[in-house]
Amino acid sequence: MDSSDVELAIVSAHRSEWARLLATTMQMTRDIDVAEECVQESFAEALVTWNRDGIPNNPGAWLTTAARRRAVDVLRRETTFRAKMPLLIDDDESDEGNAMAGSNDVGPSDWSREGSDVVQDQRLRLIFMCCHPALNPEAQLALTLRLVCGMSTPDIARSLLVSPSTMSARLTRAKKKISIARIRVEVPRESELTDRLRSVLGVIYLLFTSGHTAPSGDSLLRTELIDESILLARMLCTLMPDEPEAAGLLGLLLVNDARREARLGANGEPLRLDEQDRSTWNQFTIAEARELIEFSMRRSRPGRYGLQAAIALLYAEAPTFDETNWAQIRHLYDELLLVWPSPVVALNRAVVTSKTSGPQAALGEVEALEHDERLASYHYLYSIKAEFLSQLGRTDEANDEYRRAAELSTNDAERRFLNSRIVDL
Amino acid sequence: MTQYAIFLYAPDADEDREPNPAAGEEHVRYSEQMQASGEMVCAFALEDSSIATSLRGDVITDGPFLEAKEVVLGLYVVDAPDLDAALAIARQNPIHHQGGGVEVRPVEDSWIRPTSS
Repeated sequence: MDSSDVELAIVSAHRSEWARLLATTMQMTRDIDVAEECVQESFAEALVTWNRDGIPNNPGAWLTTAARRRAVDVLRRETTFRAKMPLLIDDDESDEGNAMAGSNDVGPSDWSREGSDVVQDQRLRLIFMCCHPALNPEAQLALTLRLVCGMSTPDIARSLLVSPSTMSARLTRAKKKISIARIRVEVPRESELTDRLRSVLGVIYLLFTSGHTAPSGDSLLRTELIDESILLARMLCTLMPDEPEAAGLLGLLLVNDARREARLGANGEPLRLDEQDRSTWNQFTIAEARELIEFSMRRSRPGRYGLQAAIALLYAEAPTFDETNWAQIRHLYDELLLVWPSPVVALNRAVVTSKTSGPQAALGEVEALEHDERLASYHYLYSIKAEFLSQLGRTDEANDEYRRAAELSTNDAERRFLNSRIVDL
Repeated sequence: MTQYAIFLYAPDADEDREPNPAAGEEHVRYSEQMQASGEMVCAFALEDSSIATSLRGDVITDGPFLEAKEVVLGLYVVDAPDLDAALAIARQNPIHHQGGGVEVRPVEDSWIRPTSS
C-alpha cells in the first residue's frame, strides 16, 4: 500500500467522519475528553493498520468500530463511570452504553444496525451543544472548531489569533462548564429551536467573517476558517434540510465566497465591489448559492440570513456595478430591517437609498440614525455621511465628518483612505 | 429566633489555581460544629462562578450575573436570636482567613420542600 494513499484517505476521513465519530463515541463515554481521546487513537490506529492491510472499503465504519472498541475498554476500566460522569445524554436514548458494557461485539454489524439518520442526528446534537448560549461566543466558536470540525487546539489558536495556552484554557473551561452545568448533547425542543438555531447560525457566520478579517494573519489561515465555515453550513443544511435559514446561511457564505479571488488587488489590498474583476467571480458557486437562496426565500417571511443572501446574490448577478438592481435591494433591506432591527442594517440601507433616490434622501436616513447610541463610535456612520455630503457639494461639512471618521477608525489603512478623501476635496 | 442568611464571598478564583483540601476541611469542621449546636438550618456550596449562566429577560449569558472581583461561593442559613449573635456565628467562618468575607442578611421568608418519606 502506498503510504501517501493512506495519508490521503486518513485526511479525507478526518474531514468527513470526525464529527460523526466523536458524537457516537461521546454517547458511549459520556465524557468529551475521553471520547476525543478514543477517536484520536482510532485515527492513529488506522495509520498503522491501513498501511499494513490496505485501506478498508468503508473507512468511516472501520474508524467507528475502532473508536468504539477503545471506548468499551475505557468503560471496563472505569466500572464506576456512571456514578462519576455527568449524564450528557438521556438514559433512554443511550441504551448503547449499557449494551456495550457487557458485550464484546463491536463489529461492523453494530454499525450497520444503526440507521444513518440516527448517526446524523448525533452530529446535529453535537453542534447544538457546542453553540449553547450558556457558553460565551468565543467558547462556542472554539468548541465547534475542536469538536465538530476536529481541528487541533494549536491550529484553532493560530486561526483565531490567540496563544495556544489561551485557547487550551478556553476549551478546558468550556468543557468543564458543559460537564458540571450539565449542558446536554441534544437538539433543542421545538419551542426553543428558533433561538438555539440562531446561535448555531451565528457561530458559523462569525467563523466565516473571521476568515475575511484579520488581514495581519497568513492568508492561508484565513482560508482555512472560511472553508471550515462552509463545511459546517453544508453539514447543517444536510442535517436540517427543511430549515430555510440553514439554506440561507449556506447561500450567503457561498455567494460571498464566489468573489474570493476578486477581493484583493495586485498588492494584496482589498478591492471595493465596483473595482473587482467580475469575470473572476465563480459562476458555479453563484449558481449553487442561487438555488439555496431561492429555497430559503420561498418562506412567507424569510429570515435574516436568507434576506442577506438574497441581497448579496443581487450584487453578484449584476453584469456591471452600475446595472445592479438597486430598487430590489432596497426592498429587501426593508424586509431585513423588519426581522433584524439593527442600526447597522439601517445604515447599509441608506447607502442603497443613495443609489435609488439620491444623496439627499440617503442623508436624511443617516441623520435619523445619528442619535442611536449604538452607532456613536461607529466610524462608518461618519464616513458614509461624509460621502453623501460631498456628493451634495457640502464640502466643509463633509471634511468634518471624514475627520471624525478617521479619528474613530482603528485601522491604519482605513484611516489613510479617509484622510486622503479630505485632501481630495 | 430569626433566620439569617450568610453569603460567603471570595475573590474570583483563578481558573488554574490548585484546589486546597486543607481549606475545604476547615469549612467541613465549621459546618459540623454548627450542625451539632443546632444553629444551622441549611447550607449550600456552589460550583465555580465560571460555571454560572445568567438570564436577563430572554438573553442568556455565560458567567455570573454581576461582573465583580468577588463572587459568591455558597451560603448558610442559621438560627440566631439577634444580629450580633448571627455576626458572631459568621465571624467563626474560616473564609475570613482565606482571603474572603461574608454578608449577613435576615431571611424574610423561606420554604424548603419537606423531606419525602
